Amino acid sequence: MTGFFLSQIEGLDPLTSGEVLVAQNVFFALIALVMILAALRMVTTENIVHAALYLVIVLAGAAGMFILLGAEFVAVTQILVYIGAIIVLFLFGIMLTKGSFGTEEGEFRERNQMAVLVGVLIVAVTSGSFIDSFRDAELNREAPSTTAEIGDTIFGQFIIPFEAISVLLLAALIGSVVIARRDL
Amino acid sequence: MLLNQFLILSAVLFSIGVYGVLTRRNGVMVLMSIELILNSVNINLVAFAAFREAIPGEVFALFVIAVAAAEVGVGLAMVLLLYRNRRNIDLAEIDSMKG
Repeated sequence: MTGFFLSQIEGLDPLTSGEVLVAQNVFFALIALVMILAALRMVTTENIVHAALYLVIVLAGAAGMFILLGAEFVAVTQILVYIGAIIVLFLFGIMLTKGSFGTEEGEFRERNQMAVLVGVLIVAVTSGSFIDSFRDAELNREAPSTTAEIGDTIFGQFIIPFEAISVLLLAALIGSVVIARRDL
Repeated sequence: MLLNQFLILSAVLFSIGVYGVLTRRNGVMVLMSIELILNSVNINLVAFAAFREAIPGEVFALFVIAVAAAEVGVGLAMVLLLYRNRRNIDLAEIDSMKG
């Protein structure tokens, strides 16, 4: 039984055949819907801890998008760095500043309509220009990118930005320690 | 898959993030909305990398993730300092430097 399905799968041209494309589009629609709903709940919920958990859903959805786009290494990094580290940092930040808002009354500013207007305008302008310039440009990547290729590119073409990033991370580490220290 | 579906998804997420930055008053919430914005930019970069079958887009997404991590570290340290000094992280009330 499984052998039959395996032979069916091997017969398909990976990533470009019709059935795989349908599956990709279905998964895209599902993940995109979940991401947008979670993002909307994140910016509108009163409870900050819930907002952090909604952010987890959005970040996991983004990792799914990276896998759909054939960027496995970026997806794994996304899960490790964002969901594993940054969300924990946020939860600690929320915990350490708890009580600064009490019941969170008036958590939102008054200029709500202006913000909605700005958001809608951004979507309208960028989507309009995207649709105008990439009407039906297809993504037809033959194979997912390998980690070896990414390593070659980072340590070849992008070696100087990579070193700059390491200095930036060191500066951020020392800077945040200096800022948050009590006796300085 | 079309390139546009990824680009428009990231535009929608970007604008939701901008809405969060503009409306929330809690400093931590503003930082989280900035993360949403950076993440939508990452989707854009990786989508273009897949479109052009080029690696540099993915490398840039990795750099953006690293910069976002550094930014969250410093930003949360600043929010913590603010909380310690003023017992309040309401960004609407922090206007000492207002001209």
